[in-house]
Order: sequence, then C-alpha cells, then structure tokens
Amino acid sequence: MIRLENVSKTYRVRGGHHTVLDAVSLSIPAGAKIGILGANGAGKSTLVRLISGAEQPTRGRIERGLSVSWPLALSGAFQGSLTGVDNVYFICRLYGADPTRALQYVEDFAELGKFLREPVKHYSSGMQARLAFALSMVIEFDCFLIDEVITVGDARFKAKCHVELFEKRADRAMIIVSHEPGFIRDHCEAAAVLRDGRLSAVMPVDSAYAEYTAAASVP
Amino acid sequence: MVSGMTSLGDSLRIQGRVIHALLLREIITRYGRHNLGFLWLFFEPMLFTGGVLTVRSLLHAQESGWPLAPFCVTGYATVLMWRNTIGRSGNAVEPNRSLLHHRNVRVLDLYLARILLEIAGTSMSFAFLYSALMLVGAVPVPADVSQMLLAWGLLVWFSVSMALVVGPLATLSDAFERFWHVFAYLFLPASGAFFSVQHLAPSLQAVAVWVPTVTCTELLRAGVFGPSYTPYTAIPYVLCLNLALMLPGLWLIRVVQRTTEGA
Repeated sequence: MIRLENVSKTYRVRGGHHTVLDAVSLSIPAGAKIGILGANGAGKSTLVRLISGAEQPTRGRIERGLSVSWPLALSGAFQGSLTGVDNVYFICRLYGADPTRALQYVEDFAELGKFLREPVKHYSSGMQARLAFALSMVIEFDCFLIDEVITVGDARFKAKCHVELFEKRADRAMIIVSHEPGFIRDHCEAAAVLRDGRLSAVMPVDSAYAEYTAAASVP
Repeated sequence: MVSGMTSLGDSLRIQGRVIHALLLREIITRYGRHNLGFLWLFFEPMLFTGGVLTVRSLLHAQESGWPLAPFCVTGYATVLMWRNTIGRSGNAVEPNRSLLHHRNVRVLDLYLARILLEIAGTSMSFAFLYSALMLVGAVPVPADVSQMLLAWGLLVWFSVSMALVVGPLATLSDAFERFWHVFAYLFLPASGAFFSVQHLAPSLQAVAVWVPTVTCTELLRAGVFGPSYTPYTAIPYVLCLNLALMLPGLWLIRVVQRTTEGA
C-alpha cells in the first residue's frame, strides 16, 4: 500500500508562496491501477515528484509500503556523455540488479544496435525514449509510476511496450498521471481528478472522466 | 523484487551501493573515456603542482628557508585538497537533480560521492607526485610517514566537514557560492601553504595556529623534514572543529533535501 495523507506542497515564488498541492490524500493498494486526471498546471508533475521521492512534501505524510519506480521512461536522468551501456550499469548498481542480464534485456528490447555503446547525446529523441523505457523494465518494482502517455517509437514498438508493461506486469500497481482520459480509461479501473491542487476521491473511471470534462470545457 | 521496507543494515548497504554508482558515473561524466580517461583524476592536480614547482624553481624562489620542492609539493597538495573538495561540493546537486527520482538516491549521497571523488583524486596525485620526485631525488625520503598520514587524515576530515557546510550553503544560495570562491582565493596566503610558522614573528605564530589548515600543513612538513622542522600545531583544536562542523553540515543537508526541487 502506498498512502498519501494530507500532502501539501508549497513553492516560494516572488512575493509569497504558491500552493501547488493542497491536502492531497490517496491510497494505492498493491496491484491497483489508479489514474490521475488533470489539466496542464493542475499539479500532476509535482504529485509525481512527491510520490517518487524526488521532492519532499511541505506538509503531510507519504508512506511507501511498496517499492515505487522512478517516473516511467524518464529520459531526463540521462547524462549526455554516458553511453547506453553506462546507463544500464548505473541503474543496476543503484538497485543492486544483475548487470549482464539487464544489458542483454536492454539490447534485445530497445533495438539500439551499436548505438547502445555510443554516448546518449548522439541519440535521437526516439532512441532516448526507447532506452529509457527498456531501462524502466530492468528493475522489478511493486508499483510503476507513469507520467503522461507513453509515446515511444512507432506502432510496433508501442505494442511491444504495451505487452511488457500491461500484460507481463499486470499484477503490479500503477499510478498513471495524464491529461488524456483515453489512456487512463484503457489501463485503469479507477481514477481521481486533480484540479487546482486538490485531488478528488478515487472513483470509477467513467465518473472521473465526466467530472474532468465537465470542468475542463465550458458548454 | 525491490522491497518497500528496509532495516538499518540494508540502508547502509544501499547507501554504499548508491555512492559507488554515483562515483563511477561522475568519473565517466567528468573525464570521459578518451585519452587518459579517469587518470585525469590525479593527473590534473599533479600537473598543477608540477607546473607551479617548475615556475618557482626557475624564479629561484627561496623565501621559505626550506628546500623548494618538498616545501612546494606539501603546500600545494594541502591547498588542492581543501580547495577542490570544498569548492566542488557546491555543484554536487544541481546537475544530478533528476537522479533524486530514484528512491535510493538522497541528497547526502550526491554530496558524499562528489567529496569522495575529490579526496581520492588529490590524495592519489599527492602520493604519486611525491613518490616520483623522491625517485629522482628532488624530495627527501619522508622522516616520519605516520606523521604525514596523521596530517593528511586531519586535512581530509577538515575538508569533508567544511564541504558538508559550504556545499549545501552554495546549493541554497548562489550569492554564497560566489562569495566562497573569492574567500577561498583570498584565504590562500593564510592557509599555511607558503610559509612555515617557525619563521613567522611570534605575534603572528599565535594567530596562525588558529587556521586549521596550518596545523595540517605543519604536521605534513614535519613528517617530511623530520626533527629539524619544528611544527606549530593545534591538533585538539582542529579535531574539535572538524567534529563541530559536522552537525551544522548534516542539518544543512536536511534543509537542501527538504527544499530541493526535482527535475
């Protein structure tokens, strides 16, 4: 179970404070797939950073009874001068995983060929995204944190990612954060709506979708 | 499967693993794989010390009253240790913010990895340079290696303690970082690298021992020159200072951890 209790996050801005998240509570039991729907600027990325632990909440508690992944397919963590192989080894060292197996897996899955041994700064954005996705599959987490729709490569590669994440790892918990209801509807059994830093209760996806669109569009 | 809960022993093991991973990453990032690669780690400070030594012997500088080569090598080695370790800790977090998304990586690890790298680099370069100069007869065989090790240990501890205070302050405030670099530069003449306390006026001697790096430099030189060098030191003072600096250091790191904004 991952539990957020009255979590608030305030940033200091010019001339005062800006509250991005306001007393957010959320529970994710093992194996649950929960969507967070929110428009741009609703606080989605901040919520992701708090759940991953990249930032600390200003108030409130976050309990992690499950191991939580870094935001899936995050490519910002790449250091340009490191090669794909360096990045695989780095992740393996961080999490204590077997590097030979991981490297074999990334070689097969990311389809980067000889580029895997080139510095990441020479990659196209599609290649970076493929490496990032493959890396995210190297470590077995209890809960995957998915920020925005996974738009990796062409249709065939997307299908591969889908099998890897949603079929082979169907037993894991997932938190999917997106402004795009379609993706959440396909993969989540329940969702909550994030608006102006406040999170609604978790409800069936269709109700969440109705609430989200009612607020987003003025009739 | 990565477990959610960890005991203290597990935590220490994870922290060791994380720092190891960060160290290797930093070495490749900073020095790359081409030409000398990680050898730059100690070749860089070695070049610096060697260059200064050459220039000064060409100028026939003899102001210290001690043989130039061992005096210079010991002086610059200590300067490089505290200046690089403290100065470079300020930039430990900024380029690595996105790594904080990994649950295991904490702000303290980023600082420790950076600090360890600098210590390893300057220590190795000093050991290599001194050994090389000893082989060609430019510096004497150390009279007391254990005293040199004591000096180096005190210096390393001082550099770590200072880096844990200055690093977070520099992360929190750009103004502080700029101020620190100016201060470190202006502090050089007082650091003990360019004088030996026994040749100072007695009134200055009493002041000089209050500078922590002076104790380290004096001890190091006493280890090199033996009984002919009378070291002026304040070892208990440096020990207390090192210990006392760790508290605000660790507290400041908690502040950075709490306020840092991830990428």
